[in-house]
Amino acid sequence: MIVMVELKSRKIFASGVWKENPVFRQILGICSALAVTNLLINTLIMGLSLIFVVTMSNVTVSILRSITPTRIRMMVQTLIIASYVIIVDVFLKAYLPDISEALGPYVGLIITNCIIMGRCEAFARNNTVWPSFVDGVASGCGYAFVLLTIAFFRELMGFGTLFGMDVMPGGWTNWIIMVMPPGAFFMLGAFIWIVRSLGPRGEEEELKK
Amino acid sequence: MEGLGLSAPVIFFAAIFTNNILLTNFLGMCSFLAISREVKASLGLGFAVIFVMTCTSALNYLVYYHLLVPLGLIHFRYIVFIIVIAAFVQLVEMVIERSSPILYVVLGIFLPLITVNCAILGVALFMIIRNYTFLQSVAYGAGAGIGWTLAILAMGGIREKLKGASIPKPLEGPGIALIIAGLMALAFMAFSGMIQIQ
Repeated sequence: MIVMVELKSRKIFASGVWKENPVFRQILGICSALAVTNLLINTLIMGLSLIFVVTMSNVTVSILRSITPTRIRMMVQTLIIASYVIIVDVFLKAYLPDISEALGPYVGLIITNCIIMGRCEAFARNNTVWPSFVDGVASGCGYAFVLLTIAFFRELMGFGTLFGMDVMPGGWTNWIIMVMPPGAFFMLGAFIWIVRSLGPRGEEEELKK
Repeated sequence: MEGLGLSAPVIFFAAIFTNNILLTNFLGMCSFLAISREVKASLGLGFAVIFVMTCTSALNYLVYYHLLVPLGLIHFRYIVFIIVIAAFVQLVEMVIERSSPILYVVLGIFLPLITVNCAILGVALFMIIRNYTFLQSVAYGAGAGIGWTLAILAMGGIREKLKGASIPKPLEGPGIALIIAGLMALAFMAFSGMIQIQ
């Protein structure tokens, strides 16, 4: 029994991180994916915040799933998500004021990040607490993984640094374009291209038509 | 602080061109990628966004400075803004359904989408971070809406032309849309010498 549960959790986790990765398979929540990825450290904090919010919202929605009236469930979910975002925002302001300043409105914009709403709607609403928890962590990690990959290349090419440390050899010329908005678009476009050439096609294709 | 030096028309202009909310702040990307396959749908959504953005930036300004700040509840601004936006969209939907069936056909299906459009909430958050006055906030809301519409219209036009192009399979759909958006962002950067708000 326990083995079965474990297997299932692992499957949920794997599909959240890779097979159904919210960013490049479902093209969800990319607003913040693009905006915060010019520095690795900001990206890391954003990723952790998102993992926290999506996990806790999934768990809360799952706990409340039997007593939430279907008609107003969207509103309830939004309020649950907003409450957790407020916790993150206040926490960052208190302990990491510099990063909170740099992330600006994008912490608040986690509320409208479709990944979280999508997971609550698609998964937590119909599942018990533990699978919802795993699903939340997995989706959050999948998102953070994409963000960190993009930020890695943007910071490396744009500033020649990683987490603020110089890593590029002396003669390196910074590609300023990489830390500016167009660089983010090109990077994510190229990333989606590479990932889709590697793996089977995601569910987004079916929605396209 | 930053906002004080700039007049409302300047902010309006900057929000459309130099600080386009879609191409420099990446807000409203989800609906941007989903809807921009055709010019007609882009236009409908664009008008709905302009209208809602202008009105909610005024509403949110009043709620924030006359309700939340005096009561010391600024940490609840996220929840309050979301509720204001959702309530406003619902209200508009009911009003135009009653008063103008034609407008309802054009905008109706787009209105519910707007509640979750992060650009609307983004405008409200930016106006507070930048300490805009009431007039500046409304100008910023209207400008951001028009800028967003301009970007999605251009994108819709380009994607219509691309239908006949032979794009590598994995790059189809969102991939190519992002590359195009990157090129558009490059083009819009040409405006940035004129004014800068940030």
